[in-house]
Amino acid sequence: MNILSQWIRSYVPGLAAADRELAEALTLRGIAVEGVFEVGEVGNGSLFEMDITTNRVDAMNHYGIAREAAAIVDRPLVSLDDMLDDTLLSPQSRTVPVKVSIEAPELCGRFTTRALSDVRIKPSTGVVAERFALLQQKLISNAVDATNYVTLAMGHPTHAFDRDKLEGGIVVRRARSQEKLRTLDGVERVLDQEDLVIADEKKAIGLAGVMGGWDTMITAETKNILVEAAWFDPATVRRSGKRHGLHTDASHRFERGADFNAPPLASALVSQIILQAGGFVDGEMVDVVVPEALARTARRPPIGLSHAQVRRMLGATEDGRGVEQETTESVLKALGCSLQKVAEGDYQVTLPSWRLDLEREIDLIEEIARVYGYNRFANTLPGFSGMVNEVGDARKDTVVRQTLLGLGWNEALSGTFCSATDAVTFAPQPGQAVAMGNPLNEEAGMLRPSLLPGMLTMLAHNLNRNVSDVQLFEKGTVFSGNPERVDERPSLSLGASGSVWNGPELPAHAIDFYDLKGTLEEILEKFAARAFYFDTFAAGAGLIPPWLHPGRSARAVLDGLTVAWFGQLHPAEAQQRKLRQTVYLGEIYLDRIYRLPLRNPIAPELSRYQPVERDFSFIFPDAVRWQSIAEALQNLRIAELTRFTPREIFRAAQALPPGHYSILVRVTFQALERTLREEELLSYSQAVIAALESLGGRQRA
Amino acid sequence: MIGLFCEEPMSPFEIPGLTDYSPSALDSFFSAILTQFDQEAAAVHSTEAVEQLRIRWIGRKQGLLTRVGEVLKGAPPEARREVGMRFNALKFAIEPRCDPEQVKTSGPVEDAIDITLPGTRRALGAEHPLIRTMNEIVTVFAAMGYSVGLGPEVETDYYNFESLNFPPGHPARDTQDTLVITQQERKPLRDRLLMRTHTSPVQIHTMEEQPPPLRIVIPGKVHRNDELDATHSPIFHQVEGLCVDTNITFSDLKGTLDHAMKAFFGSSVKTRFFPSFFPFTEPSADVQISCIFCGGRGCRKCKQSGWIELLGCGMVDPAVFAFAARKQPAYDSSKISGFAFGMGVERIAMMKYGIGDISQLYSGDMRFLEQFR
Repeated sequence: MNILSQWIRSYVPGLAAADRELAEALTLRGIAVEGVFEVGEVGNGSLFEMDITTNRVDAMNHYGIAREAAAIVDRPLVSLDDMLDDTLLSPQSRTVPVKVSIEAPELCGRFTTRALSDVRIKPSTGVVAERFALLQQKLISNAVDATNYVTLAMGHPTHAFDRDKLEGGIVVRRARSQEKLRTLDGVERVLDQEDLVIADEKKAIGLAGVMGGWDTMITAETKNILVEAAWFDPATVRRSGKRHGLHTDASHRFERGADFNAPPLASALVSQIILQAGGFVDGEMVDVVVPEALARTARRPPIGLSHAQVRRMLGATEDGRGVEQETTESVLKALGCSLQKVAEGDYQVTLPSWRLDLEREIDLIEEIARVYGYNRFANTLPGFSGMVNEVGDARKDTVVRQTLLGLGWNEALSGTFCSATDAVTFAPQPGQAVAMGNPLNEEAGMLRPSLLPGMLTMLAHNLNRNVSDVQLFEKGTVFSGNPERVDERPSLSLGASGSVWNGPELPAHAIDFYDLKGTLEEILEKFAARAFYFDTFAAGAGLIPPWLHPGRSARAVLDGLTVAWFGQLHPAEAQQRKLRQTVYLGEIYLDRIYRLPLRNPIAPELSRYQPVERDFSFIFPDAVRWQSIAEALQNLRIAELTRFTPREIFRAAQALPPGHYSILVRVTFQALERTLREEELLSYSQAVIAALESLGGRQRA
Repeated sequence: MIGLFCEEPMSPFEIPGLTDYSPSALDSFFSAILTQFDQEAAAVHSTEAVEQLRIRWIGRKQGLLTRVGEVLKGAPPEARREVGMRFNALKFAIEPRCDPEQVKTSGPVEDAIDITLPGTRRALGAEHPLIRTMNEIVTVFAAMGYSVGLGPEVETDYYNFESLNFPPGHPARDTQDTLVITQQERKPLRDRLLMRTHTSPVQIHTMEEQPPPLRIVIPGKVHRNDELDATHSPIFHQVEGLCVDTNITFSDLKGTLDHAMKAFFGSSVKTRFFPSFFPFTEPSADVQISCIFCGGRGCRKCKQSGWIELLGCGMVDPAVFAFAARKQPAYDSSKISGFAFGMGVERIAMMKYGIGDISQLYSGDMRFLEQFR
């Protein structure tokens, strides 16, 4: 909303501050001036670009802002009643007034009409035209401009009807089912029974508080006018506006609670402007007031305020005196409240009709703090004697995150939603994905059941930009359930492609399945599981997730629970996504891992005796898996065999028969209490060789 | 094990034969061997290469010297003394030069490496700037006694709006365009599921679970039905805080945030407060900090104002305490008071790290992320 400083000054003649000072002072009191611009020629003052919070409908106009300015600088505010021209406004004839009946008194609290006759519709002149020009507001005609001008001036929306188009008296009622109304924007609208309409005896002529009707609008031929100024129930106006997709200056104000006492004044101000071009007031103003609405608004009961409570809520001030009683009194009076002191420091406060947002003691305390100035309060720190509690999984989150960062995985964040197709492909359980009611776009129709669609989007983002070495992880929430109940679980995704380069004298390492597996091992070993292992299923059994390459993927099992699936992206999926590079990815179900406590390291007893390392170089058929070799060595049950590792593996070397690989197994023997004898070592080695040969291995010369 | 899978063969060297054991024959025999050794030793500059040289020449089983010894075994008795002396001399000449210690000290100049090549890097992963910023903010408040509180991303209308004093049909709801879960229309409004539009529902959950005094800091992801542009995203993050006790005042709120902003941005940062409106706080305030780029003099980043708007806050509205009191009667606003504050993490991270486009935060772009190692 735009405001003219000269217009404000016309209501506060004693205002001395320069425009920029005024803007600053208003902003610090919550009437935010976002921009100050010079307008027109010198002397026209400034245009303030305002950002008024939704609760302050009373300040969405010049007079309301002038009232705030007057309170801040403690200068008198001009009364708008004093600006009325009684001669112009006194009735010149005594025709029968228009009959007004409010048939929906709970939706319309007040309705006034004033009949103007023999008016002349012509372009606006004078102060209206000047101020509209400075505001760059389009001029339409003196009658329409008058209503807009008064809204800008004092905030109350009004409407002018062509009286000769009305058939009989005015009825304020709910719309009839399927009733039609062509509104001023030219759109024919089908009304709802919850809409409040202004009607004559035959037809609806306006959507109450939102927009007038087309058929009864002011035209160049209009001779006689009916000025409407009313008060409508905020929620009704809001619902009608939403229902018809209409947000107007009028609805913006009515739905936030207009001033119940304003309609007669608004009507007079509008009429006065129109009559300046000719015409006269025809008959007395009709003013129908619903007593219940009056009691809820302008005459609402006073509220209690204790100065002690003001001090309790607001605390210390920079001058060390706290908010003083005279401040409480002067601020509230300047804002239009009247105070009745019932005891020392206790008041009954009668509230101004234009401040329906003031309902409770705390609302008044806020007003006092606001006008006093927030920055005049001291900075104090409350005492504290409690302790800081850690959330359940915070330590585990930190351990997992630090492990991943340490292993070179980069932390990433992706979207919360995915497409319906991806939800089917990647959901850990079928049929559990939850749809959005108003998705951001077609590709974001589902709450993500898995982090993998987002991970693949991020991998593709990089590969499509020729960033070929990628290593990402995301920790985030995944969702499952149904419209009745949505479950949220923490999850972790890994995604990688390309290679890792460590330095010019080292070979680049191509990322593969084992990088993911190794990362999982690092993470899972942080937790105190009784057992964990990796396995997979037969390719045709339908147990491997469809997004994984069936021969190059595995699941991790921790104490009997599947905690992760990972491996190479299924070639079909990769092709469909046009990924040119092999991509490895996996998802780790953190909620399952987090059921276990973190592992507490225990220092081992170290042997003082020399370990002996023996290398065994074997050739095996490809069908013999490391797991069989490891089990065979474990099954030897040699207590002194403390460690064995597959140090080196060669495949497809020329020296090897086809379908075979060569492996160097390094075995460490060590006893806790003695040095191992040569013949013991010899017999252990023979046992190892025999075990490996029994698997079909052949020792290399 | 060196050489076990070493595919690279050693340069061939055949030990010359010996037809007789005359001094001249022995001369040429031993000098041929020593010449060969000299050649090989001259090419050796690294410890590893010395080790290979040692294994090749004086290794116990396969060493060339052992094989030389085998050749010399055929010497007739009268030549053995001569042969033995010459063999010992050869050993004496070769052995020290197969000792890595000796070689190292003997040729430091030849051993020099190119120290201008890049170091061997085992790169750490990069922290995401948002998570990093969020953790930093949480740490500041943890040091002031705030425990972390967390809550779900899918909320009911009651926790996201109603209990935070956004009554049904209230215009304030318009400021938070909401993403909703499908098929909610038949439920009562308060039970309808939606993506939380702010982290404030966690305030209510926490108060329902714990009586005062309370100090929590709430980091989290929130969603709004907003168009993506350079500075707005439908997905974003907030950090929210809540402090409730007897006699918490507005000046405590000011002091707490002033202290926190100094801890986060540096002790020279100033704060200023001005009135705002949030349904769940009263009085409500927006907080600006003096521009961290120009120190308040005015620059492009602060649009020449010297101030940057950073957070919203206020005293907890009694209506919010009333909702919490339905489950925890101790939240009686005549006995306790409190303040709440909240800030957008994206805005702070973008400002702190000079990020121009919010969508970079959600792209997973390695070139972007790697800057935050």
